[in-house]
Amino acid sequence: MSGPSLMDSLFQRTLEDLIKGLRQQLIGEQAFISKALEEIRKEIKSPDLSTKSTALLKLCYLSNLHFHDMSFAAFHALEVLSSPRFSHKKIAYHAISLSFHDSTPVLLLITNHLRKDLTSTNEFEVSLSLQCLSRIANVDLARDLTPEVFTLLSSNKLYVRKRAVAVVLRVFEKYPDSVRVCFKRLVENLENYDPQILSAVVGVFSELACKDPRSYLPLAPEFYKILVDSKSNWISIKVLKIFAKLAPLEPRLANRVVEPICDLMRKTGAKSLLFECVRTVVTSFSEYESAVRLAVGKIREFMVDEDPNLKYLGLHALSIVASKHLWVVSENKEVVIKSLSDPDPNIKIESLRLVMAMVSEHNVAEISKVLVNYALKSDPLFCNEILGSILSTCSRNVYEIIVDFDWYVSLLGEMSRIPHCQMGEEIENQLVDIGLRVKDVRLELVRVARDLLIDPALLGNSFLHRVLSAAAWVSGEYVEFSRNPLELMEALLQPRTSLLPPSIMAIYIQSAFKVLVFCLHTCFVRGGSTAGVSASASYESFDDLSVENGAGSTVAHGQTCTSAPITNESIVNLLKLVELALSPLLGSHDVEVQERARNLLGFVDLIKLEALNSSGQEENDSEQKGVEATKIIRLVHDAFSKELGPVSLSAQGKVPVPDGLTLNENLGDLETICSDIELPSSNTFSFGYPSEEKDVSSFSNLQIKEDSGQSNESTSLLAEHRKRHGLYYLPSGKSEVISNDYPPANDPALQGDNNDTASDLVKLTAESLVPKRKPNHSKPRPVVVKLDEADEKPVAVKHPESRDDSLSGAVRDILFGSEDILPTSSRSNLPSSNRKGKEKQHMITQVESKENVVGDGNSSSRRRKDHSHGKERRHRKKNAEERNETDRKEKESSSNHPRRQKSRQRAEEPLKVPPQTSVIPDFLL
Amino acid sequence: MGIRFILMVNKQGQTRLAQYYEWLTLEERRALEGEIVRKCLARNEQQCSFVEHRNYKIVYRRYASLFFLVGVDNDENELAILEFIHLLVETMDRHFGNVCELDIMFHLEKAHFMLEEMVMNGSIVETSKANILSPIQLMDKAS
Repeated sequence: MSGPSLMDSLFQRTLEDLIKGLRQQLIGEQAFISKALEEIRKEIKSPDLSTKSTALLKLCYLSNLHFHDMSFAAFHALEVLSSPRFSHKKIAYHAISLSFHDSTPVLLLITNHLRKDLTSTNEFEVSLSLQCLSRIANVDLARDLTPEVFTLLSSNKLYVRKRAVAVVLRVFEKYPDSVRVCFKRLVENLENYDPQILSAVVGVFSELACKDPRSYLPLAPEFYKILVDSKSNWISIKVLKIFAKLAPLEPRLANRVVEPICDLMRKTGAKSLLFECVRTVVTSFSEYESAVRLAVGKIREFMVDEDPNLKYLGLHALSIVASKHLWVVSENKEVVIKSLSDPDPNIKIESLRLVMAMVSEHNVAEISKVLVNYALKSDPLFCNEILGSILSTCSRNVYEIIVDFDWYVSLLGEMSRIPHCQMGEEIENQLVDIGLRVKDVRLELVRVARDLLIDPALLGNSFLHRVLSAAAWVSGEYVEFSRNPLELMEALLQPRTSLLPPSIMAIYIQSAFKVLVFCLHTCFVRGGSTAGVSASASYESFDDLSVENGAGSTVAHGQTCTSAPITNESIVNLLKLVELALSPLLGSHDVEVQERARNLLGFVDLIKLEALNSSGQEENDSEQKGVEATKIIRLVHDAFSKELGPVSLSAQGKVPVPDGLTLNENLGDLETICSDIELPSSNTFSFGYPSEEKDVSSFSNLQIKEDSGQSNESTSLLAEHRKRHGLYYLPSGKSEVISNDYPPANDPALQGDNNDTASDLVKLTAESLVPKRKPNHSKPRPVVVKLDEADEKPVAVKHPESRDDSLSGAVRDILFGSEDILPTSSRSNLPSSNRKGKEKQHMITQVESKENVVGDGNSSSRRRKDHSHGKERRHRKKNAEERNETDRKEKESSSNHPRRQKSRQRAEEPLKVPPQTSVIPDFLL
Repeated sequence: MGIRFILMVNKQGQTRLAQYYEWLTLEERRALEGEIVRKCLARNEQQCSFVEHRNYKIVYRRYASLFFLVGVDNDENELAILEFIHLLVETMDRHFGNVCELDIMFHLEKAHFMLEEMVMNGSIVETSKANILSPIQLMDKAS
């Protein structure tokens, strides 16, 4: 490609032409832009700086708004930067701040350009380069340009100084050593009364204090002064942010600051400042009752405001308070609950969080009930938000707040039937987890699982498949609690199970296996002894059969069990059903399904051969022939009846390594390969034989209560299904209602009067939040199996502070002398011959005098303060710049000895304050 | 950091100005702007101006056909940011005289310059309209 000719640069399109063209183009935006880019690539190579800079400007536009890469122009931008004309420079700086980043290769070349402009006499050039530095500075740039920035920090042009202050933040971040040079001047700017400078410098400190607040405690007096004197809301907000970080570290500081903040809260008319005061109080001053009360009053005003912004912020502030003062939420519950039906989803979610914060073990049932009703009415997104928060709140800390697990399990069943429910995975986990952990609830769990399994309509909803898989697993594992295993079998093998994904299908088949073994076991092994009872009972009479299994009729296994009227005939039918349902699955493409189906069918064949040849004959006969079969059934049943329990994730670590087994040998290499494989997250569980669950006697006092009414609905569903697909069902003598279609999974219309739920919730929280202890749990909370540390605290809380952060380390060096903070007590014990000790005390002297100033604040002491300030600054600066022994000695000898004596006495006074304050530096307010 | 980015987007979802205070690649920017525009433009007048997004917040405000979106850290003062947006609009109004989308399109560089006067390193440094505009007016005169 040849270089651009004179004609090209004469008729170059300007940015304006480009934009106009872009708006009127007929060839399509992409085509137009690529044509323009082609032009730009040509023009940018032009030796004429005007052409080049125009090309660069156009490129910036396309990059900023149309996402086109402009990294190819990096070098050209530098060329334009070297232009003597300001307008070119401006474009170059614009391009550089938009496109340069830490890995831009030509970044190295920019240092000298920046240095030149930083020392320019044109304040706008200086400002441009400072602005640019604040965007692109990396370690090298920050290090090389620190001297220039340092000089500019005391520039007498406000416009420049303000920018120099702001750029310091980036320089500190990239090159912490620059703190030693610049920090003094930065602090000096803190005492500047010009609002421009002050706003910049306070902004820098509020960012710095966010990262490591403790280092900036010594500057508290300066911040305090700004807080009291400031006229600008912007500055006040920033200073409040600093105090929100500092106050929790130092109770004496909090004591002093809380009043001015409350004053500000009462006086200010600006909502932004008011909100910042409120937020500061509720986050960092929550122990100050009166301040919190004042803030809560303001929060209330916010929440009832028409403006959705204020409403949202009010709720948000309330949720901050809620963690420490729950009474505040209950005081404002009407507003919170009303917000649940706000048109804004963000407000709804905030109020949901607050409602969940109110939940306790006394009101969890009522609140959940109302929330589930809300979920039925809401849009899918919020519905799942509600369900998710119910699930996570209830399962918190191993179901801490749940007393009545029967209720909770049926709530889980109810939730999974909500039309928009997409929380299948979580519900699945909890159903299985509760089954493993809480023995007493298994009866109810199996009932809930049966209701879910038996409903053919649920199979069509793919979000529910995970729940169904849990239901299938539960009913297979705890089949001994089932009132009607045969019915369960039908549900597990119903034709619509073909809608399930293979992995869940496999669980269904495995559960069917367990149920079948249980039936056979009851019929042949145990049924043999009580043949007289069970043989006479007929299959059809299940539903009205009431089974009472008290402590007296405990079976040998210690398991409660229905004395199920399973006859030979029903077993034959059962086996037929299994064969019919599973034979098509032998050709399944999924190995898991195929294998399990094969297992089960193989087992069925075995049993049939052995035991049921004589199905029509006498009991005795079959018993003799079926000795082998009985043995097999007993064997398999025993295998299944071993109880599964939750296993701690750290369980494997507790297994002692056998002697002579060297685990590391030859496998050491694997470590490097596997190092990136992470541990499974802690909320997964695994199955195994629990060590502490040997005692199964608690089952004996279980009662199976017959309640035919509650199962009517789903039984009728099954009946309808049976009508349609009679072929697949066991023969039944009853005539059934005819229905042509599946009923919907859940009909919201059935839920009836949801309208006044809000008032309901208000009422019930009103009742339940009153701290009266309602003894409404008729039965004690069942035992929840907890595993040691794994359940309690899954992840060790990581300390956010990085103590040895190089930036805060540097700041500390400056502010505290060359040592870290020492506790007051240890400091006063330091021998006075210790050089460092002396230096410290010297510092205390000055700070002590400062303390006085803030204390009484009359004019003479103010003067003294300024005086001592100046001195301090001088010393500090010297210290930083030279840092040599002679200087230090000189300082010591020149500093006022008598004052030091006095100050030592004073310094000892604070030692009498309670021990907790001893870790805090003395030189505060 | 405070402010992470400032976007101006018209109601068709086209970006009219994008200023980032942390480096993002073009792909990251494209994805981010797409997500934000989808989230914020779907909201109506009765809903609040704050949206939680990833690990930060977006404070936005609509002026005629233009949305001003500001991404801020979670502890930033939302109302102050709304005031900041208003200040920005007033400043541009004073400079362009009844500012509209086209003004920003055709004077993108100037709009960036104004932002640079107001915000450095993600924190607001200048809040006086006169102070923000005086260098721009000087430069206009010079050229």
